[in-house]
Amino acid sequence: MSPHVHNNDTVERNMYGVIIALIPALLWSFYAFGLGSVVVTLTSVAACVFFEWAIAKFILKSETSTITDGSAILTGLLLAFNLPSNLPIWIIIIGALVAIGIGKMTFGGLGCNPFNPALVGRVFLLISFPVQMTSWPVQGQWGAYLDAETAATPLALMKAAVKGDASALDKLPSAWEMFMGADYGCVGEVSALALLLGLGYMLWKKIITWHVPVSVLGTIFVFAGLMHLVDPTMYASPMAHLFTGGVMLGAIFMATDYVTSPMTHKGMIIYGVAIGFLTVVIRLFGAYPEGMSFAILLMNAFTPLINTYCKPKRFGEVVKK
Amino acid sequence: MNGIIKENPTFVLLLGMCPTLGTTSSAINGMSMGLATMFVLILSNLVISLIKNLIPDMVRIPSFIVVIASFVTLLQMLMQAYLPDIYATLGLFIPLIVVNCIILGRAEAFAAKNGPIASIFDGIGMGLGFTIALTVLGAVREILGTGKLFGLTLMPEEYGMLVFVLAPGAFIVLGYLIAIVNKMRKA
Amino acid sequence: MKKLESSLLNMAVVLTVISVIAGGLLAYVNGVTEGPIQEIKAKALADGIKAVLQADEATVQSTDTIDGGVAIVYKTDKGTAVQAVNNNAFGGSIKVLVGFDAEGNILGYNVLEHAETPGLGAKAGEWFQKGAKGDIIGKHPAKNNLTVSKDGGEVDAITASTITTRAFLGAVNSAYQAYQGGAVDANSSATQQVKENAGDADKAACCGDPAKCEANFCTGDKENCVCGSN
Repeated sequence: MSPHVHNNDTVERNMYGVIIALIPALLWSFYAFGLGSVVVTLTSVAACVFFEWAIAKFILKSETSTITDGSAILTGLLLAFNLPSNLPIWIIIIGALVAIGIGKMTFGGLGCNPFNPALVGRVFLLISFPVQMTSWPVQGQWGAYLDAETAATPLALMKAAVKGDASALDKLPSAWEMFMGADYGCVGEVSALALLLGLGYMLWKKIITWHVPVSVLGTIFVFAGLMHLVDPTMYASPMAHLFTGGVMLGAIFMATDYVTSPMTHKGMIIYGVAIGFLTVVIRLFGAYPEGMSFAILLMNAFTPLINTYCKPKRFGEVVKK
Repeated sequence: MNGIIKENPTFVLLLGMCPTLGTTSSAINGMSMGLATMFVLILSNLVISLIKNLIPDMVRIPSFIVVIASFVTLLQMLMQAYLPDIYATLGLFIPLIVVNCIILGRAEAFAAKNGPIASIFDGIGMGLGFTIALTVLGAVREILGTGKLFGLTLMPEEYGMLVFVLAPGAFIVLGYLIAIVNKMRKA
Repeated sequence: MKKLESSLLNMAVVLTVISVIAGGLLAYVNGVTEGPIQEIKAKALADGIKAVLQADEATVQSTDTIDGGVAIVYKTDKGTAVQAVNNNAFGGSIKVLVGFDAEGNILGYNVLEHAETPGLGAKAGEWFQKGAKGDIIGKHPAKNNLTVSKDGGEVDAITASTITTRAFLGAVNSAYQAYQGGAVDANSSATQQVKENAGDADKAACCGDPAKCEANFCTGDKENCVCGSN
């Protein structure tokens, strides 16, 4: 956590700051997905906190407990945001166990994990339970949980277009609807507006800097825009790419995770551009419709390398002439 | 008999990772691969220990490779002819036994310095260690991935976590098994 | 016995002798196993054909390769098995073997090769079998609309794998076209039902009228008209 520790800056302050920033998106998801969203979010947070406590106490046998620093709550929230709102509880619990157990505690707990734990959990579930993880409930079914009616997401339509279905893109909701959050998707990813509110709050409180989100979103916009110009019937518009799936959630909340992203501003921009590029490549040419989580995890792995080549200038270092 | 636990080629020496990760999607596949490797290992150890004095030092590695490759090709043809089902699942990995470092490693480190009887037992020990490791790895992946063990259903398949049948699952399970073996060896 | 020295002559002789012995041994084993291996390959193909034709015994009477391997038609005494491929699947191409009876009804199918996502598109091997959700057994590609229900057809797509389903049905429909003797298109997914190839309905009209005969890809003259593709 070294580059972020100045005077009154603590792990707790930053973690709870991020949690506050997630509130608009959380409220929107309650409004959009109703009961299912509440069940998924509560299960995920409770399971993550429980596993953090249990692993620390019974397996690592550590003296101090880390559950009050808010990092497990944050992981639980972010994991829930990345799951469909009709996911059965037992799958969520496996996801939480993988996120905390494999993604975080195996490497030594907070600050030592090379990968974003919530994304480790999500990708594990996505590969393990592809059917459950890719059926998305239609919005506005407040009382529904497991029995919610499902529909194809904008991302699936975009994939179908790449695979040669020329009419698929016409079925996309308008960019405005997707921006507000009227499309289908994971619990916390649908409303770009609510997530941007969170970004504004975190920038205001200086919890994160602009470098990662802006470089990720900018790269996706430019690259997807170029592809759209090449063939508009095959490749969706850049606005559609920005406002669907996990792009906003990933760029603002997942890619900016302190532990797993580069320390210098230059490093953050390299990291962000690469995430944006990989996301579009996976979306357009990969096997899965969404590429954000894979892109962030891949770049997490490169973070130590980026840090090596973009060392922060030491205080008093002589500038080379 | 060091090969089974103390110098287990997979969990301790970390040799032969390619077939270890590639073929262990089920217990039976892991076991077949282990037995196939053991077959080549015993025969090549025996032959190399018998002819070790006939081989000039400077050409020993090429000679070992020719011996090993011959046995692997022989095994491949025999399996194709008489065990077609297992050959269909392991097919790609059988020729790769040639480059499995366990076999060349044992030839160089053991068979080239010891007599034929000791070499055969070294081959059996190392081969068993490899077979046990691959079977355990395959069994864990099969149970978690498909809810089955040696093809017998233990829990409904929809509770299986597919990731364990795929390559990432192999890495995760191998990592945790190595951790457990290390813990056991230290205890 | 003392170890041989690494002189050039020794090295050359030893390597040559080892290689010759190894080569001789392998040649011998190759001779022994060659027969069984060929038998197994032939048996695998025959078993595959028997399985998709739902027959205990089937003798291949003729094999016809269309467009350099895009489709292979095996005519047997129990029906026709057609191997066809579609390149529009999620993970590349999907290769199927489909069995048809004399009327063109589907007797069975088998997915020979695919690279679909495990747990999603990879279910194609079971999804369309008898009694399963996307059952296509007993259907007729020209009489039943073998496309995804979302596209107006009568086959339920594999959950969350519409693209795989379209490619699979594309391959099945190509197999039917090859069975009919028509041109095969491996590059378009099934979003429309196949047209019956100058089908039975037009036969009478075709054979009565040389002009129609031509329009319906018939060959021969008024008396001796043969319907079907030329």
